Amino acid sequence: MRLFKDASYDFLNNRKRAYIFSALLLLVGIFFLVVHHGLSYGVDFTGGTLMQVKFGKATDVAQVRSAISGLGGGEAQIQQLGQGNQYVIRLPVFQSDQQRDVGDELRSALASSFGQDGYTVERTEAVGPKVGNELQSKALEAILIAFGLTLVYLAFRFEWRFGVAAIIATGHDILITFGFISMFNVDITLATVAAVLTIVGYSLNDTIIVFDRMRENFKGKRKELYVETLNRSINETLPRTVLTSGTTLATLFALFIFGGEVIRPFALVLILGIGIGTFSSIFVASPALLEIENWLQRREAAA
Amino acid sequence: MLSTIKGRLVVIGALLLLCVWGLVPKTGPEGNKVSPINLGLDLQGGMHIAVEVADSAGTMTAQQKADAIDRTLTTIRNRINQFGVREPTIQKAGDQRIIVELAGIENPERAKEIVEKTAFLEFTIVKSSDELRRALPRMDRAIVDSLGPQSVGAPELGGAQGQGGQKGLNEILGGADTSAAGSDSAAAGSDTAAVGSDTAAAGSSDTSAAGQGESLRPLSALLLESGAPGEFLVAEQDVPTVEKYLALPGVKDALPRNTRLAWGANPVGEGGNSFLPLYVLDQQPMVTGDQLADAGPATRDPTYNEPVVPFTMTRQGARMLQRGTSRHVGDQMAILLDGRVQSAPVIKQTLSRRAQIEMGTGSSLQEAQDLALILRAGALPVPIKIVEETTVGPSLGADSIAKGKLAFAIGILLVVLIMVAYYRVAGMMAVGALCFYVLLVLGGLAGLNATLTLPGIAGLILSVGMAVDANVLIFERVREELGMGKTARTAVEAGFQHAMSAIVDSNLTTLITAAILFQFGTGPIKGFAVTLSIGIIASFFTAVFVTRTLFMVYLERHRSGEPVSI
Repeated sequence: MRLFKDASYDFLNNRKRAYIFSALLLLVGIFFLVVHHGLSYGVDFTGGTLMQVKFGKATDVAQVRSAISGLGGGEAQIQQLGQGNQYVIRLPVFQSDQQRDVGDELRSALASSFGQDGYTVERTEAVGPKVGNELQSKALEAILIAFGLTLVYLAFRFEWRFGVAAIIATGHDILITFGFISMFNVDITLATVAAVLTIVGYSLNDTIIVFDRMRENFKGKRKELYVETLNRSINETLPRTVLTSGTTLATLFALFIFGGEVIRPFALVLILGIGIGTFSSIFVASPALLEIENWLQRREAAA
Repeated sequence: MLSTIKGRLVVIGALLLLCVWGLVPKTGPEGNKVSPINLGLDLQGGMHIAVEVADSAGTMTAQQKADAIDRTLTTIRNRINQFGVREPTIQKAGDQRIIVELAGIENPERAKEIVEKTAFLEFTIVKSSDELRRALPRMDRAIVDSLGPQSVGAPELGGAQGQGGQKGLNEILGGADTSAAGSDSAAAGSDTAAVGSDTAAAGSSDTSAAGQGESLRPLSALLLESGAPGEFLVAEQDVPTVEKYLALPGVKDALPRNTRLAWGANPVGEGGNSFLPLYVLDQQPMVTGDQLADAGPATRDPTYNEPVVPFTMTRQGARMLQRGTSRHVGDQMAILLDGRVQSAPVIKQTLSRRAQIEMGTGSSLQEAQDLALILRAGALPVPIKIVEETTVGPSLGADSIAKGKLAFAIGILLVVLIMVAYYRVAGMMAVGALCFYVLLVLGGLAGLNATLTLPGIAGLILSVGMAVDANVLIFERVREELGMGKTARTAVEAGFQHAMSAIVDSNLTTLITAAILFQFGTGPIKGFAVTLSIGIIASFFTAVFVTRTLFMVYLERHRSGEPVSI
């Protein structure tokens, strides 16, 4: 089987359409991030208490809510997991006014409503505000350092204009991914940050492979326009781009469908991000390179 | 050695054996099967807590905290060792935090208690409350001065409290026996009366007198006489208010010299009305828990059927206790645990080496046993607080593993289908390389003693998708070279060569990301970074070395002229 054999799509002269598509995605992303509900941070970052509870018999949200209504410190968020009697309860506080751990208070509140054996605590995560702040700044630091180091690497391996184009594409991917995160109401947790960093890695990876081919083709002796070389490079790497995205997405869909509730948001973020990363390596990174080149030439002509 | 097919196959075979050997389940010291790969707490169930020094006053320097953490580490280790958890992790994170990880723990609350409890034991003489009673008007004034008459004497609030006090008083008068049993003093209840003769009426007078600071008695109105010499009772709903008052700086200063107040550990009373005792104590303890030689075993007291923890003092501790109690026969001695009065028995004769802690009727024998354990292991040098806690139940962990395995199998199956459909024989080579890759990653995890976590499984599944990338890059290149009319052998040669720079670049950038994740990550994320890194290195090796070898074998058998199945 062979897909895109001798493909010669004119990606770059149609770049306006790609820009419109990107702009739309960015707008939707920004809408959700800024205007709509923004990002909801998980307890790892805000501090607070999360408890996943399995009840012995059918229970609805209202019952759970009334059982824990006496707990102070703010509004509890209760979410049903799948179809079962499993719920995730989130409270924005780590310790109650009485200096007790909210997790312990939740346990005793549930025990008094459902009986000691009527529920099982499957998982708790309780993070104090100090640790939350620490993790928040650490996560931001990690994303920035990852970005910076790959930039250094790119500058070292390629010309600077490739680096700039790659950064534009990756920034585009991160922004849209966060837009999706907001749209699908995925909590920002450590796992989400790991997913975003993985997307950064993957998107750069994809871009580098196309750029690597461009660099190689520039060295060739063929006489062709800059834009033609870019187009040819994209077309030549197209089968690889599609196939690798295909296998990666296939495994991620397996993870999304069969991997269970805990990992599902993580898989979702990766699926969306890798889709965007693949798109951007063709439709954002290469056009960006072309625009930079055009801009340089115009400046030269003016001078 | 690496240039001949035979040599390459030997290298591959040796690595394969190494991985399989590393993955054979081993038998643990107790005959139990030990998983060859360490499973993270999120997969096998367990709890993770991070604790720090609780410096509520904010007066400790970083150095003091670091020293305290060092000593705390030893104590927590002792306690956990006695608690009996298999392979606990107790380590410092930075110099101000301790991480405790206990795998497969069934009862996280109990484990938390064992780690967190300061277990600071004190023996202090209970003072007569006369002195305090004389100081009360001063203390009341200090409260009014610092909070303002409105906040302490607002008609509604004052009224409610007055009524609460009134009701509580009647209750006590009616049920003197119950309170006596709790306070450990033989003669309680007979002369019970609210502090200050006119307090009983304060409920009504407060309402009218609100605003006149002189007549406000915010604190003394809430303190009820218990009958025992150095003990007041406070209705439970008023405890936070009293605590707030007592924490005010002016109130602290107004306390009589060499006196402190301490709450009882267990409420007394009956039905809807329960009261917490407030004791008037000597500032200085006679002796503290560092003079404890041994504690336990916990038993039930035959008379009251409440759990007790007997303990023995050291020689020096016994002397101190003897000296302290000899002057106070007939007085009460309070036994405090973490600042709360556990019991306050009357000293009938001079005490020396042996005594016991009463846990109160509501406690279980288990709690008493845990307390004995903690006391044996020693008190924490300073109070600590939990700053982070994660627990995962064993069934959820098992569920995660099962689901992870399923997703992993299906993911691999999909990749195999795509590769074989697309590249035929070459695809099968890639599948062979992929199988090798999986073994290599698992063997690597086992060999490096890395921990597999749930995000780690996700990283593994993701890296399978990405692992074929190198193969795809090579195969596409080979196809192109063949398209240019090169012979099979040279096309394969050129394909591998030309794909190399792209493979190196892309693997290195992903490796950078993984390294950063490893640097900043805590448990699960670190696991993700580790599996991703091992995955990248393994995929590089399998694509560049294993697939190439398979190609060499393939070309050896297919003479030139035949088309390459790619």
